[in-house]
Amino acid sequence: MNTNEVSYMLEIKDLRVNIEDKEILKGINLHVNAGEVHAIMGPNGSGKSTLASALAGRDYFDITHGKILYEGRDLTELAPEDRAREGIFLGFQYPVEIPGVSMVNFLRTAINSMRKYRNQEPLPAGEFLKLMREKKKIVEIDSDLTNRSVNEGFSGGEKKKNEIFQMALLDPRLAILDETDSGLDIDALRIVANGVNNLRSPEKATIIITHYQRLLDYIIPDFVHVLYKGRIVKSGDKSLAKELEEHGYDWIKQEVDMDA
Amino acid sequence: MKDTLEALSTADKYIDLFQQNKKQISNGDPQFMKELREEAIHSFERTGFPLRKHELYKFTHLEPVFDGELSFQFTPRNIQFEDSEIFSCDVPMLNANVLTVLNGFYYYPSGSLLNELDNGIIYGSLKEAIHRYPDLVARYLGKNASMQNETFVSLNTAFSQDGIFIYVPEGLQMEKPIQIIHLLLSDKNQMVHHRNLFIVEKNAKAEVIICDHTLSPQMFLTNSVTEAYTGENSDLDILRLQNEHNNSCQVTNTWISQDRASRCQHGTITLHGGMVRNNLHVRMEGEGASTSTLGLILTDKIQHVDSFTVIDHASPNCTSNQYYKGVLDDMSTGVFNGKIHVHPNAQKTEAFQTNNNILLSNTAKMHTKPQLEIYADDVKCSHGATIGQLDEDALFYLQSRGIPRDESRLMLMDAFANDVISRIQQPALQDRISELVGKRLRGELSRCNNCVMHCQD
Repeated sequence: MNTNEVSYMLEIKDLRVNIEDKEILKGINLHVNAGEVHAIMGPNGSGKSTLASALAGRDYFDITHGKILYEGRDLTELAPEDRAREGIFLGFQYPVEIPGVSMVNFLRTAINSMRKYRNQEPLPAGEFLKLMREKKKIVEIDSDLTNRSVNEGFSGGEKKKNEIFQMALLDPRLAILDETDSGLDIDALRIVANGVNNLRSPEKATIIITHYQRLLDYIIPDFVHVLYKGRIVKSGDKSLAKELEEHGYDWIKQEVDMDA
Repeated sequence: MKDTLEALSTADKYIDLFQQNKKQISNGDPQFMKELREEAIHSFERTGFPLRKHELYKFTHLEPVFDGELSFQFTPRNIQFEDSEIFSCDVPMLNANVLTVLNGFYYYPSGSLLNELDNGIIYGSLKEAIHRYPDLVARYLGKNASMQNETFVSLNTAFSQDGIFIYVPEGLQMEKPIQIIHLLLSDKNQMVHHRNLFIVEKNAKAEVIICDHTLSPQMFLTNSVTEAYTGENSDLDILRLQNEHNNSCQVTNTWISQDRASRCQHGTITLHGGMVRNNLHVRMEGEGASTSTLGLILTDKIQHVDSFTVIDHASPNCTSNQYYKGVLDDMSTGVFNGKIHVHPNAQKTEAFQTNNNILLSNTAKMHTKPQLEIYADDVKCSHGATIGQLDEDALFYLQSRGIPRDESRLMLMDAFANDVISRIQQPALQDRISELVGKRLRGELSRCNNCVMHCQD
């Protein structure tokens, strides 16, 4: 066995993805180790959300080439629910409203489905409620929200907090947060960032996808990557994010377009 | 004169059947009933069965079913029927007076044909009520259920002999809901007519649950009529739960007439049934009446369910809310035809209609047709109809939290169906129906667990 393959938590190798015959990702390479926080930045339309969806298993596009290895295992053949049960979590840019499905029923089904996968008994109601109470505190979520239908009538900020709340409950090893900062005011941003920071640990990794640098003031990344036209065109440490904040994306675009 | 027997139309056969058995059918009938039957058979003779091209029956061609090989029964058959063994009611929170109708005849192993309470409330066999209270029954029976161009009402009026009669006099309230269980049990294919008449007088209140079941696998064709009258400022809730096997055919005709400021809710939950046609006519006769009509159909295989509804706003200031939903799988078909008729004098009408459907397969079909006829100018009316699929974004969201796709689909279907169930006014029934619907969607329900527990397949 090649030890190199299992040493990364996540290894993306030359990933190419098409949506309706248009190539959106044109060869992504990325390594993520346990304990690391990676930020993926880039202008609109560069393929950031497509990358997040490809990791979580959305199937409206074709993976034409390359591999996604998670803990040494190829993810591309796994159903979204199995990726989740293997410890991958996607925080949605636009959390979906599901009228008629209560938050409590949804969360309990999710947790018990994860437990079943690990051959554990369903969590008794009392323990489940206790767990909910604990995790709610992390994101300062209003108790009323858990009595409603999933995301229905939630404000933008509540929806994003709800994503982090679910992340806390499901306790993933790899969290991918897709534009979790968009549409948040400064207080909500701080709460969401605190939530993420609280869940950091040496066994876990986080990929933060964002357009702006401001979230990275609260969650300090180990690595910053710039995605542009379907490729990672620049990688660096947190100072790269600062540079982008000051100068925008134009200088990177120029560099890339000149090379081409 | 017809040349050969083969040339007899289906309608001719039924007319002949009536003439041949008239004596038995109308045995003991008071004069008004005899006249009503004659009127009905003549009306049927004029209309015949709806032709294939008939606009109102475009998707549901019933004549071939009526032409099938069916046996008829004009007297109650002495079926050995172990009440407690075959049949036990499992509606724990539902503390109801249970009335059973077996193959169209009131069935009472113990107790009496007609329950006559001291306060004047009467419920039990319609046949018996016709005998004992001919004047009361004659005032209502057949007065609202029109025979004008209504083939199936005419046929039922000519042939039906029994069913359930409920009478709640002015100012009174039934202590418990009444649960009517229509059972079908036979050793051969059979046609059944039965008839219900509910009279709820001024300021009175009644709740009725109707369950339709088959107890044996034979093909059954049921043509039933339920007539209801709600007096001034009265309340009537009717909830019908259809769960006949998929080899049966059921035509229901429900005619509700509402007096001033009365409130009525009518719900139809179709869990199973081969070919089902539900005709619902609600007529708001008196000013300020309100009505809420609910419908939920869950179909798969080659089931066919056709909901035909007419909400008649005949007076000013009436309100109607209609909420019908369908979940259709496999090769099943559904039809919704929702007519709202606002008469010229019915100013300040508020009428709302929604019909939402989900198709789970590429071969399931739904035909939906909202039909608003508004002849008054100061009204608020709206309608909306949708046919779609389960929301892929919502499915992915649930899956991304570790919930398997099948389970995610069920959660979304449950939520979709519960949107109707949550509007049922009796909270005790909501939970029970919700559970039944959940079972139905999971494919765990072959027959109704609501009432009939030990039925063979």
